[in-house]
Amino acid sequence: MTQPSTAALPLPAEWRDFFALTKPRVMSLVIFTGLCGMLAAPEQIHPVLAFTAILCIALGAGGAAALNQWWEADLDAGMRRTKNRPLPAGRMDKTSARDFGVGLSAASVLVMGLAIGWLAAVILAVSIVYYAVVYTIWLKPRTPQNIVIGGGAGAFPPLIGWVAATGHITLMPVLLFAIIFMWTPPHFWALALFVQSDYAKVGIPMMPVVAGEASTRKQILVYAVLLLPLTLVPWWIGGTGRVYGISAAVLSTVFLALSARVALRRRTGEDDAMKPEKQLFAWSVIYLFALFAALVADRWTVMQG
Amino acid sequence: MTETDKPVTTDPRAQRDKVIRQRNVALALVLGFFVVLFFAITIVKMKM
Repeated sequence: MTQPSTAALPLPAEWRDFFALTKPRVMSLVIFTGLCGMLAAPEQIHPVLAFTAILCIALGAGGAAALNQWWEADLDAGMRRTKNRPLPAGRMDKTSARDFGVGLSAASVLVMGLAIGWLAAVILAVSIVYYAVVYTIWLKPRTPQNIVIGGGAGAFPPLIGWVAATGHITLMPVLLFAIIFMWTPPHFWALALFVQSDYAKVGIPMMPVVAGEASTRKQILVYAVLLLPLTLVPWWIGGTGRVYGISAAVLSTVFLALSARVALRRRTGEDDAMKPEKQLFAWSVIYLFALFAALVADRWTVMQG
Repeated sequence: MTETDKPVTTDPRAQRDKVIRQRNVALALVLGFFVVLFFAITIVKMKM
């Protein structure tokens, strides 16, 4: 039997491409909010188990991201922002990406269940299915509300972190879930406003493409208005102290002001630099980091005071 | 043969071997890390 020559075989994907498949930059926010949910919980967890839980959250997010890129490889090839990802660039075959995603996801849930607890593992599994199936396969290509409902996927990490530490669900982690859920639409729509030509090109019904810019800008403001009181609820119900309450009020007010600026303006022309939209997007990232950092700082202040 | 006759960086077999070796090293490191992690988890669970 003759063997195929080595030169005829395709070059296998590098380990860097598998790493890129996990969307490391998105994962950093997932790890951070998961860690904050864990640190803000009223019960302490052994550092080794805490590390394991965060690792599982990260692996689960990475697995879901790999499955997302496996499913959207053809769409990614048509967008400037994503055309250099491993699959559309041809550096990896689709089967490898799918198997990698399924393997990471299954391993993360299994380790979470065995080492931490099965409630946290079940929520992690739900979050992976929510992102890879409900958002990526079902909602994203079908409805401009994809971001609103799909935002739930990104809202799970603090809930999982909290449950990993305490073993049960209370109102506080549900509020943390709701805050990220409400933050997601203005965050993504701000991005969609200045990359909308790419989404339109591949037929993804993002809000600016389907409902128009004016409607999107209005809806960004609606979510920012709802977000402000929502971020204060943990303080009002006594779940957090003043450090968090004042931080949330200041951060959310700035978020609302930037959203209002985006809502009240119109694109000046094709050469519009979209600076307010880019500033809102940048602030939305800083905002979430700062809000959850304040939550942890508040917890430590309460513990020491 | 002169030096210019050996296109080392574009040799498909050499490139393929390099990628596979790097993947194997990465996989070995990941597996080693998980061995240590599972050992640590076991010790922590036994003490709880």
